Amino acid sequence: MPELMQFLLSGATVGAVYALVALGFTIIYNASDIVNFAQGEFVMLGGMITVFAHMAGLPLPLAALLAIVVTAAIGVALNKLAIEPARGAPVVSLIIITIGASIFIRGAAQLVFDKQLHRFPAFSGDDPIAVLGATILPQSLWVIAGALAVFIGLWLFFTKTLTGLAVLATSNNRLAAQLVGINTSWVMTLSFALSAGIGALAGVLVTPITLTRYDVGIALALKGFAAAMLGGMGSPHGALVGGILLGLLEALTAGYISSQYKDAAAFIVILAVLFAMPQGIFGAKRTERV
Amino acid sequence: MRLSTKSATLLVLALLIVATPFFFPSAYYYRVGALVFVNGIAVTGLVILTGYAGQISLGHAGFAGIGAYASALGPTHLSLPPSLSVLLGAALSALIAFLVGRPILRLKGYYLAVATLGFGILVSMVLANESGITGGPDGVQVAELGLRDLLASLGLKLKAPVFWYAFSGVVLLVGAWLALNLYDSPTGRALRALHGSEVAAKTVGVDVPRVTLQAFVISAVYASVAGSLLALQNRFVTPDIAGYMYSIELVTMAVFGGAGSVFGAIFGAGILTLLPQALTFLAEYEQLMLGLIMVLVMIFMREGLVPSALRLIRGRGA
Repeated sequence: MPELMQFLLSGATVGAVYALVALGFTIIYNASDIVNFAQGEFVMLGGMITVFAHMAGLPLPLAALLAIVVTAAIGVALNKLAIEPARGAPVVSLIIITIGASIFIRGAAQLVFDKQLHRFPAFSGDDPIAVLGATILPQSLWVIAGALAVFIGLWLFFTKTLTGLAVLATSNNRLAAQLVGINTSWVMTLSFALSAGIGALAGVLVTPITLTRYDVGIALALKGFAAAMLGGMGSPHGALVGGILLGLLEALTAGYISSQYKDAAAFIVILAVLFAMPQGIFGAKRTERV
Repeated sequence: MRLSTKSATLLVLALLIVATPFFFPSAYYYRVGALVFVNGIAVTGLVILTGYAGQISLGHAGFAGIGAYASALGPTHLSLPPSLSVLLGAALSALIAFLVGRPILRLKGYYLAVATLGFGILVSMVLANESGITGGPDGVQVAELGLRDLLASLGLKLKAPVFWYAFSGVVLLVGAWLALNLYDSPTGRALRALHGSEVAAKTVGVDVPRVTLQAFVISAVYASVAGSLLALQNRFVTPDIAGYMYSIELVTMAVFGGAGSVFGAIFGAGILTLLPQALTFLAEYEQLMLGLIMVLVMIFMREGLVPSALRLIRGRGA
């Protein structure tokens, strides 16, 4: 039993990170119908910028804040320089653009920073806390709390604020939103900033546990996408539930089946979900307009 | 006399393949040339899938991996001659593409992209993890194809790089010829029709699932053959051949040159294979450049380099 508990705890930690990445996907997808394959790079940037700002002498909280702000700015730049000029392009082109952007960001990170693994100290020390015969790192609690806080913040933002409602209106019908006076291009800027900032926050929270390197983004983007799809593309609570479920599934696969094939779990989930229920757990059913 | 696009493409390709070696200062260039052709073969398969049928695959390196490991493992595990192992790999890729393609191709856009990406990663994961059979992440030796000895016994002695240059070139020409024939065939027309509009294609009686599956299987065989050739000429193969990056590179080559045209895609394969070789002093910038090229081409030349250039020239002439 303690063994199972241990797998569940580590799964929930990893799952919270996937949930944050999936939330980032969801925001951009909702605002623009674009799946941003560079989402994982935001997580990498969050971790790497914090590492290097901290090494340069900035206190950790300031370094983390700087990382989130800079990454959000990079997200906005991505939208302005690569996504906006390609508005109306076929999906295949947009896929290649965001993958190209992710490779570009990775290449730049490798030049600006380095190719080493990095970490910075955990926020509340490294002494494990005992829970029902298993242990959990204090940092894991930070990660899980962070994911929950972001989720609640987004929920409030999208349901209670005018700006949040404007984003939802844009996602429902871009033209109609423009006609009622919503500045849709500003909504896109905001969505990219928010999404990149959340990605960076995930990177800041998880780096003390998993370490970071210039190339950690790809795997996270794929897992985050799997989580978003499992929960239902475009649904914030779907992203949260999908992320946690995927994390648990991976931890259980690694624990009981084979640690070599733990990454396969995500892809088998993707394939199974796509075939069995393409709209995911919480996703709205979409019909294609002709 | 006006040449058809088909004859013009084949003629230009053949001329390039025969003429460029006269400018090669050393044997190394034959190796690079052969690499261009091998990538050209895989990319021609993507022209059929992406250019004709409008479906994306981010997992075709998986099929290249299957082809490569078939030619490596066939001789050692099944005592097959390497040439038969290549065919076995192609057949196996076709079978897997058929089985996987059926459910996967029901998906569209992003979902298709991620499903194929997942497929490719699963293949590379199996190749890396089942080290008892595949030799694991360190890779495995590949036997000699034997065709060169056969040619030598017939009196035609070629050095290995020259042989592989010529052989890959011939396979590329055959592959391009088949792809160009397909373009004007009923299947090719059906593919292009569904690229334009799936609904419209359906209304005029195109069996959409069947023809997309055909395109997927054919393109998988191209990738598999390319993988086999690569393994056979390097005499060594690692699971990297099935990796995510190679899949992405193949798609980039196709869209860079122009996924809608066989010549364009092969041209794209040529440029993007040569560029890192020519700019080895910029090796650190390779990812940066690859990413930048992908973004810029998709924004400014959506059809790819060759079709956009042709349009520009024709537009001036008219």
